[in-house]
Amino acid sequence: MNFKKTIQLVVNGAAVQRDVEPRTTLLDFLREDLGLSGTHMGCEHGVCGACAVLLDDAPVRSCCIFAVQADDQRVTTVEGLAPKRGQMSKLQDAFCEKHGLQCGYCTPGMLIACTALLAQHPQPTEAQVRDAISGNLCRCTGYQQIVDAVMYATTQGVARESI
Amino acid sequence: MSPFKYVGKHRRAVEHKRFVLGQGRYAADIQVPGMLHVALVASPYAHARIVKVDTSAALALPGVHAVVTGAELSQATDAVLPGVDAPQVKRFAMASDIARYAGEWVAAVVADTRALAEDAAELVVVEYETMPHIMDPEAAIEPNATLVHPAHGSNVIFHRKFVWGKVDEAFEQCEHRISYRVRWARNATVPIETFAVACNWSDATGVLDVWASIQMPKFPDQLAKALRLPGNAVRVHFDVDVGGSYGVKRGLKHSILVGYLARKLGRPVRFVEDRIENMRGGDMQGPDRIFDVEMGFDANGTVQCMRMRALDDIGAYSGRSPLQLGKPVGAIVGPYRIKSVSYDAMAVMTHKTPQEAVRGFGQAPTNYAIETGMDKIARYLGMDRIELRLHNLIGKEEFPYLIPSGTYYDSGDYSTVLGKAMAAGSFEDLLKERDALRSEGLLAGIGISTCLEPSGGNSSFEPLFNPKNETTTWMDSCLVRVDLSGHITALMGTSSSGQSHETLVSTVVAEILQRDPESIRVLHADSLNALPSNSPVGSRMAIMLGGAAAGAAKKIRTKLLAIAAYQLQCSVDDLLYADGQVLHRADQRVLMTWDALVEIAHRKFHLLPDGMEPGLQEKFVWEVPTGGQLPTSDGRVQMYPCHSFESHLVLLSIDPDTCKVTLRRYVCGHDCGVMISPDVVHGMTYGGIAHGLGAALMEKFSYSEEGQLLAGTFMDYLLPSAHEVPSITIVDHCTPSPLTEFGQKGSGEAGYLGSPAAIASAVNDALQPRGASIDALPMTPQAIWTALHSSQLTGT
Amino acid sequence: MKAAPFDYVRANHVQHALELLSQWGGEAKLIAGGQSMVPMMAMRLARPVCLVDIDRISELKQFQLHSEHVNLGAGVRQSSVEHSAELCEALPLVAQALHWVGHQQTRNRGTVGGSLSYADPSAELPLASLVLGANIQLESASGGVRSVLASDFFLGPMFTALAEDECLISIDWPVWQGAGIASGFEETAIRHGDFAMASAACQLQVDAHGKITRLSFGVGGVDGTPLVFSDLAVQMHGQTLNEEAARELAHVAASRSQPGTDIHANADYRRHLAEVLLNRVLWKAYQSACKSFSNH
Repeated sequence: MNFKKTIQLVVNGAAVQRDVEPRTTLLDFLREDLGLSGTHMGCEHGVCGACAVLLDDAPVRSCCIFAVQADDQRVTTVEGLAPKRGQMSKLQDAFCEKHGLQCGYCTPGMLIACTALLAQHPQPTEAQVRDAISGNLCRCTGYQQIVDAVMYATTQGVARESI
Repeated sequence: MSPFKYVGKHRRAVEHKRFVLGQGRYAADIQVPGMLHVALVASPYAHARIVKVDTSAALALPGVHAVVTGAELSQATDAVLPGVDAPQVKRFAMASDIARYAGEWVAAVVADTRALAEDAAELVVVEYETMPHIMDPEAAIEPNATLVHPAHGSNVIFHRKFVWGKVDEAFEQCEHRISYRVRWARNATVPIETFAVACNWSDATGVLDVWASIQMPKFPDQLAKALRLPGNAVRVHFDVDVGGSYGVKRGLKHSILVGYLARKLGRPVRFVEDRIENMRGGDMQGPDRIFDVEMGFDANGTVQCMRMRALDDIGAYSGRSPLQLGKPVGAIVGPYRIKSVSYDAMAVMTHKTPQEAVRGFGQAPTNYAIETGMDKIARYLGMDRIELRLHNLIGKEEFPYLIPSGTYYDSGDYSTVLGKAMAAGSFEDLLKERDALRSEGLLAGIGISTCLEPSGGNSSFEPLFNPKNETTTWMDSCLVRVDLSGHITALMGTSSSGQSHETLVSTVVAEILQRDPESIRVLHADSLNALPSNSPVGSRMAIMLGGAAAGAAKKIRTKLLAIAAYQLQCSVDDLLYADGQVLHRADQRVLMTWDALVEIAHRKFHLLPDGMEPGLQEKFVWEVPTGGQLPTSDGRVQMYPCHSFESHLVLLSIDPDTCKVTLRRYVCGHDCGVMISPDVVHGMTYGGIAHGLGAALMEKFSYSEEGQLLAGTFMDYLLPSAHEVPSITIVDHCTPSPLTEFGQKGSGEAGYLGSPAAIASAVNDALQPRGASIDALPMTPQAIWTALHSSQLTGT
Repeated sequence: MKAAPFDYVRANHVQHALELLSQWGGEAKLIAGGQSMVPMMAMRLARPVCLVDIDRISELKQFQLHSEHVNLGAGVRQSSVEHSAELCEALPLVAQALHWVGHQQTRNRGTVGGSLSYADPSAELPLASLVLGANIQLESASGGVRSVLASDFFLGPMFTALAEDECLISIDWPVWQGAGIASGFEETAIRHGDFAMASAACQLQVDAHGKITRLSFGVGGVDGTPLVFSDLAVQMHGQTLNEEAARELAHVAASRSQPGTDIHANADYRRHLAEVLLNRVLWKAYQSACKSFSNH
């Protein structure tokens, strides 16, 4: 049984069109079909958040969506968070400054969740940050420096011009 | 004023940039053209004879390239043997005639995609004959218990009772004694990335390339051996980013399987564990330990002696797991002046998933057992728990301090660290807050732990637990080179899983050569061009890799001075090396610049001293300080060289009705000597505390009586989120180690080694007014309710 | 964990979806947000031969606020309700329940109808629908629409009155009008966002003298379906509540539950939790209602 479907999405600002098996998750589509390996697989059952992406600007678990369901939608992955090549977003920069990561595996999901948070709450409280990342598990950091990074990002000025 | 220019300063980790940009390179990201994918068929039974494996339907599915059984694998590869002397406990990547735990791999399907491989795996028909199984470690040591490995003759794979000092006499003489049992539940550090491995065999070169999410000593050697390949036919790429390990990424069996498949098929093959394969078949579960402890003490609180019996359930096969009873020998008395100890260590097999190395390698459970005793003694004597500890802590002036089991603790100032933690609390504020919470009707408690963090990875528990294994070499290495452009590159010989080693090495080399650390590139070698390394285990890399990097950089510095002295026709003693330049020692004027020296070294052979090699590259291979000795016949040995220390202070409340725990305040006093990268050390400490919180309150690999893993997904094995881990305050102290270049000690296991003890201490402090207590982890709401309920029933 | 192969059709309207369901017999399944369905399929516990996607059907995404009820399309996202000030004001109990539903990322996909039709015994929205006496509209392939009371809809764990050829299309959530109204939802789970070990919900209304004029309360996670205690609620009409009466009410209600046992919580503890939480929501809501009334 094959039944491939043609889907079109806008991923990180670029229009893509592919034929996919319905059972291919959005996660596997991004990683394998589009080669965007920045989004990570942690559990494939919707708990760890390592697979988080923005779907029409809302953070979602890409392991819990079949790619065919996302037809005609906009996806932003970690690779699409930097304002442009050679720069980092304020948040990415803050994660680096405050050591908000160690192994980096949960980091893309964290950045996605925090980017979405800051779009709604540009000056979040610590409690709001913890709530925003409560669906993203990390085993390295104990979350402290991630929270510090987001708080730091929201008290700083413009993103650094170059990496 | 810090004596250092770069060491100990805030610095952005070099690794971070690629991770925040989504440009990390993890094993599942490696694409090799023509790659095939693996899915597994696992035994649903805890113990069963494999009668027949019918692969025909699976093989017939389009897109399937092979279906391999355990029988084939056990012919084609060598068994992996345990770290203890038990040659009959053999382990292959897959089961052939007998499956010994639910989740053990029985067949492997290789197909064009993982999805297809899973489709085919469902079509493999296995006929099983179930057999009686044994799940309880205490039942497993009874006579006539069902045997997991009948050829071994018993379920006890290791047993030794150590007696250090006149223990019996000491117990006779002391005024009081307590005895108690604590239970450390089976948990693990469960990284978010599962184990993944890709292999590619080349007929043309005879090399097996391996990309794996690995953190394991001697992995390339063991892999080569199992695959019956010479060591120089296996190239493990250590530049693969590993998504967290904290001990557990030991996928030797996964790699043997995939290496075999790659060679068999002549195609690159990749296996990425899914979470279910990982949880029950990945062999990454941790210590599962019952401690029976007796402590003897005097009325003034001096703890004189201890008898500890540790029974560890290692599951159905043995990796390094029994040795996790051995490492704690090196800190068996914790930070206390306990003069005599007996340690009865027993590793037993059951039909559970095999146990592997977990952060701390057995020290966290042992610290929990020791600290529980200290709290119980304090309660027994009506003494303050802190006073009791202060009374027993080894004093600053007593170092190097020899503990009964033969290890010298290098340095420490335990009471100061405890004092700093208390000041940061502040302890008075915590008491007030506790009382306020109690007056609101909540149960509330303060927990304390003061724990050793041995570091340096001198794994002398290997010969200690297996006299046939006379390994005393525990080394690490670094190669530093300066290229023609004058830029520095350093090469390390192992993988990293979040410890920011590239940052560590570049900071160290920068400190020695006094060049900008941002200009120094650090690479991971592969196993064919790496210098010897024993991997990041046992909190060893700051010490060992830091020491090796410093050693290599110092050799370069020496060489630069020698070149300069030869140029200037003076003695090296007249010269000073500073900021990459050579100065006149007397008047500090610059005599030779970095660029000039580099130019001579690389291009101007005619200006080099006689006998000097051209170029600027030096290696340093370093044996662990204080290492290199075999244990004595009564089991005394120097274990790890350096001893970090942590003191936790926790305030928590418990809802008396729902029995849910809320952590309110968390302070950790930490001393790991000089911190080379403070951000990194703090990060590991926060993370370790979170691991410990999980172990203390919610993590357990639960098994049913039928031998099924009940906590096999993230819905049932609960990892703490940002809601459960509180804000943590770390307070640093520094007692340098006399054994290392900068005075650094290791700290990779920080936080985890002391937090379960501290949280248990707090829960018991909270329950005490109700006459209840808990001596088993995890302390879930259910467990707390049961404890409160039963104390009500018995009226205690 | 990759799903078994299946065919996929995006339905343009409900009848289209139902036609497809009929065509495939029991082998096709509807999918909206997929937050429960996709993981089940990944674990191969669910293996529909065809997945009929109803997540883009605009009729299902509508909602209307009326004075006595809110009609919510089954396809309305949990996050849309959460972020709608007017919906939260009209349905405070639903707003309170949503606080406990999964995580932001799951609420951004999960739908109200999806949660109700999945009918997990510990899920929050089914309990809220039961306590509020919601009316659930089901459309069948023949085009007919029937209305089922929440109390007749949840039949067992993951088992509802939905026929194989039916789709849940909307829910009428009663809106309580007037002064002296308060509601409460509490849950105990090991981690925030986990399945509840037990949950309790109530909504009540009092008059100027603190006498109960309206009351509805229930518990979740402690039986095959969420439970509502209409008979016990009716007995409280015209009465004031004190702490002892709240405790007694909670005790009687909780003792009717038949909780299961798993690795996280045994039956006794769950029943105890249900009683504790019910007591809390009742007493807190009552106090809040009395207070709010006196502020009018």
